[in-house]
Amino acid sequence: MDLVTLLVILAKVVGLTFVVVLPLVPISVYFERRFSAIIQDRVGPNRVGIPLTLLGAKKDFSFFGLVQPMADGLKLFLKEDFTPSHVNKAFYWLAPALTVVPALVTVCVVPFGSDIIVNGIGYKLVIADLDIGPLFVFAISSLSVYGITLAGWSSNSKFPFIGGVRSTAQMISYEIALGLSVVPVLLYYGDLNLSNIVEQQSVNGWLLLPLWGNSAPWNNGGDYTAWIFWIPAMIAFVIFTTSVFAETNRMPFDLPECETELVGGYHTEYSSMKFAMFFMGEYAAMVIGSSLVVTLFLGGWSLGPWFDTWAAGLKIGSVGIGGLLNMSVFMAKVVAFILFFILVRWTVPRFRYDQLMRLGWVIFFEAALINVFLAALVIAAPQFGTLATAAGLALLAIVTGTLVWVLKVSEKKSAPISI
Amino acid sequence: MAVVKVTRPKLNAGEKMYLGAIFKGFVITMKHAIASMRNKTRGADAMESTGLGITMQYPEQKWDGHLPDYYRGAPALVTDEQDRERCVSCQLCEFICPPKAIKITPGEIPSDDPWAKVEKRPKEFEIDMTRCIYCGMCEEVCPEQAIYLRKDYAITGLKRADMVHNKKKLYEIGGKRVGLVNKWNELK
Amino acid sequence: MSEPAATVEAKLPKDLAAERGMVNVQIDGVWLQVPRGMRMIEACKLAQKEVPHYCYHPKLTAPGNCRMCLVQMGMPPRPAPGQDPVRDADGYENIGWMPRPVIACANTVSENMGIRTGGELVEKCREGVMEFLLINHPLDCPICDQAGECRLQEFSVEHGKGESRFVDAKVKKPKNVDIGPRVRLDDERCIMCSRCIRFMDEVAADPVLGFTQRGTHTTLTVHPGKRLDSNYSLNTVDICPVGALTSNDFRFQMRVWFLKETKSIDVNCGTGSNITIWARGNKVHRITPRQNDEVNSNWMPDSHRLSFHQIDSDKRLTEPLAKDGSVHAPISWGSAIADSAAELRKFHASEIAIIASARMTNEELFLVRALASELGTSLVTTVPRMGESDGLLISADRNPNSTGAKLVWQSGDTAGNLATIREGVRQGSIKALLVLSEDLVEAGFSSEDLAKPAFIASIQLLAGPTAEASHIVLPGAAFAEKRGSMVNVTGRIQRLNRAVEPLGSAKDDWEILRDLILALQGAKVGDGPNSIEDVFKAMSSQVPEFDGLSLSKIGDLGQAIVATGVTIPLLDNERARKAAGLING
Repeated sequence: MDLVTLLVILAKVVGLTFVVVLPLVPISVYFERRFSAIIQDRVGPNRVGIPLTLLGAKKDFSFFGLVQPMADGLKLFLKEDFTPSHVNKAFYWLAPALTVVPALVTVCVVPFGSDIIVNGIGYKLVIADLDIGPLFVFAISSLSVYGITLAGWSSNSKFPFIGGVRSTAQMISYEIALGLSVVPVLLYYGDLNLSNIVEQQSVNGWLLLPLWGNSAPWNNGGDYTAWIFWIPAMIAFVIFTTSVFAETNRMPFDLPECETELVGGYHTEYSSMKFAMFFMGEYAAMVIGSSLVVTLFLGGWSLGPWFDTWAAGLKIGSVGIGGLLNMSVFMAKVVAFILFFILVRWTVPRFRYDQLMRLGWVIFFEAALINVFLAALVIAAPQFGTLATAAGLALLAIVTGTLVWVLKVSEKKSAPISI
Repeated sequence: MAVVKVTRPKLNAGEKMYLGAIFKGFVITMKHAIASMRNKTRGADAMESTGLGITMQYPEQKWDGHLPDYYRGAPALVTDEQDRERCVSCQLCEFICPPKAIKITPGEIPSDDPWAKVEKRPKEFEIDMTRCIYCGMCEEVCPEQAIYLRKDYAITGLKRADMVHNKKKLYEIGGKRVGLVNKWNELK
Repeated sequence: MSEPAATVEAKLPKDLAAERGMVNVQIDGVWLQVPRGMRMIEACKLAQKEVPHYCYHPKLTAPGNCRMCLVQMGMPPRPAPGQDPVRDADGYENIGWMPRPVIACANTVSENMGIRTGGELVEKCREGVMEFLLINHPLDCPICDQAGECRLQEFSVEHGKGESRFVDAKVKKPKNVDIGPRVRLDDERCIMCSRCIRFMDEVAADPVLGFTQRGTHTTLTVHPGKRLDSNYSLNTVDICPVGALTSNDFRFQMRVWFLKETKSIDVNCGTGSNITIWARGNKVHRITPRQNDEVNSNWMPDSHRLSFHQIDSDKRLTEPLAKDGSVHAPISWGSAIADSAAELRKFHASEIAIIASARMTNEELFLVRALASELGTSLVTTVPRMGESDGLLISADRNPNSTGAKLVWQSGDTAGNLATIREGVRQGSIKALLVLSEDLVEAGFSSEDLAKPAFIASIQLLAGPTAEASHIVLPGAAFAEKRGSMVNVTGRIQRLNRAVEPLGSAKDDWEILRDLILALQGAKVGDGPNSIEDVFKAMSSQVPEFDGLSLSKIGDLGQAIVATGVTIPLLDNERARKAAGLING
């Protein structure tokens, strides 16, 4: 490995992790607060700006309060870092790092944009162009459950402990739905490399918007597979998105830290930067979750074939800067999806814990499984022929019906004992 | 009678999916968000806000004109028509004050004073505004109609000491109040 | 076979009561035996029925001029000649109720009497009396010091009409009158109960107060050319049911409802008057006498009452001091105790003398004895402080605990060594002095004598010549700041209670003594007794007179433990007047 490669890797790590993803955290906090405010007919943080009056100017420059995240960060940094005497110190200190690090590590497989071409050599805007992208993300992000569990346990206090236990159960449950829901997508692309998946979507239409390239029936000689596949893809999208909500402990699944029941959940005993790290880890997980959804279902950095080809040709001198344009498209999509996160937060009330578990195990797990077969059937239909496909569909319908019936019967509650 | 059994509504298959309800929810939240962004938040006119939310932009906009008569702001001492300080330092307010914000040092009125008949007045009267909870008990308990809660609410200071209103400051806020019972005249 | 019930039945209640010198009285429907000759109001008090009153005071004669104590009375109807009285099943005669009320304070009970302290008649009477009393009363409760402990206020609430029907101008009377050095008079507030007049006449034997004018113009005043300057004048303030007489000292200082009451005793003379200390926060605001019919009745002298001001005077010592050259500099308690012990250890036992005080509590004196044996010195003394008795409450012995010192030290003359010590200091044979709560100048040392000892350590309350001469000054606690017991001149053990915390870093004397003993022994701090109760326990095991006692067993009123033959003149007067039937209390 020569020096240039190393430098490029270093630049990618630093640039993408610390310049692109980490700043997204305070920005999403700002958006969360402003967007929450306007949903609730409030104003939100609109004051903190650059205090020009301190420098002698007549008016402060408030800048819509965009400096608020910096003020928040500064505040958290300057606050007393209090470690209660009753905690298990080693794990108490380790836990915040264990939540924030996995979230940031997953950044390395996310394709942020198309290639940047320097002197004819393309540099991919992805830190590690792994061939097992989604699997890597699932593997690493599931580690963050350790951080939360340890935080809850080492705090040696009942509310954090309940929060930690809830979090563990919830994250493990939804990882199954998360993993299974993404199988149809991978079946469709036949590839586990996220860069390639986005590339395909750029050329052949997004998974949820199959309107150009090979997926459009008028381009591929009347093959409606991509359009029919929209149904399992949509189901997968819903399950995947919902599971991401659960994985990131966001409303309506924020039971590990629900204020009304658990004070602050697993981070009740934390303060200052250690608390901020949980906060950061949570928002970083949200950013990564959003980018994964965008990458898998919504075309990643692409904005339609016309824009993509125009961007690919864009050059300043000998440097093709199309990748940067694509990256901004990607960021815009991620921010939009984060806004969706916030919209959900203020729309859907928090689930009860048993409802949460039921949703994960009884509905999403089964639905994702059936969806895998459905997707496989859709993909295999052209080879199977009409009869086999119909038989397969019938079988699937019977299996689904049976499943629904079994669930219904098994859920029949015995009459409550009157006391 | 006391226990009312509420039957859960029967949901049809579509409702059980919740998706419709969630979508309806999205519409409602978005409606609020868009109205706010268009500076057309519902109820903004009544609150005289900018329309971006119904929140009033406080230091620029104030609600002072709308404060009701019974508004309970900073407690203050008043003088009457004859410029007599009405407080006779009976210390009932000090006694009733729930957060113990009031501290009175009683003093005797010298015999050459025109109001020597009253005999007693506060030498010092301090209300610690960091403690005051604006409950109005002092006003209610005062047998001399000497202490009133005014409409001042922006009580600020850079030091704790700034937040202690002394007698001078209290009379400054309170000012003159006319039409009160004059029990210390010669008629009794 | 005799029937016991029959013999009991044969005896009527009146005979049973008469055997014991009692009479039967029915108070609000309940029969009760009360001593013959008792006033009706006292009988009601026995029955725990409150009869509101202003002018009546158990220790004073009853002129019956406030009319507040009106009750309904009934007697059995006189039988016609030859007719037997009608009795009910219990043997009581039926009561014929009188249609007009009587005053309960000036009438005595008699056999088979009925008293109603409530009912429509009585309530109406009280309401009327209250209305008359309030006609000319100024409504100046906000500035009146009596507010909060004012009978007029209390009974207005309980028995008053609640509103005035009086439309004319109120009668003007002198206000804020200077009638004596310690007492201020407000005639408009006066309700003419004459308690103060009777007190000055009957108890203080200095009749300077009286009424002039008539009717609504009746005015309380001092006799021409006289002043209310008796040393007992402040007692008139205590017994004044309204705010007519107020104390100059307490005037406008603090409202009584802020004050916390602590029962304690006076330490200015051997009588040990029972007192109540009224404090707010850490400041004593006033001292009033507390009733103890074996010590001070209800009274106390003004001079003793006002002596509490030294507690927070400018001269009060609040931190340990060490002489550095010619000036004193504050040091910590730890080094003050350690330095004193180290210095004392430098001297031979025969070169050390302890001048203790009969103003100390028994517990402190007990620790002084332990300290002396620790130092090995036998030169321990108290300082006698004799004056003249005033014929009332002030005892000739101005030390509050002379009797206690004798008991604790098991010595007939605790001040016997004083002359020897004085001589030793002058000769130079005594090189170290430990002065405990005592003033060396009062003990007969001249300023030259004070410069002689190589080392003086003293526990002092106030700055003065002794503190000035001391090499180490340990600030002690004032009487209101400490707990302990003292034995008064009549041999009665009584209790001091802590009303306020010691000022500054001053410490309770017994703790200083304990720490000093521990330091001399080289023991750890905290080894000694941890509470004054422990000291008392140790003391009661060694002093036979204290055997079986503890601080809590002493009680609020104390207990007589030895007979000294000394009596308190005021009590003698009171007993004589009681025997003469002038008073009831």
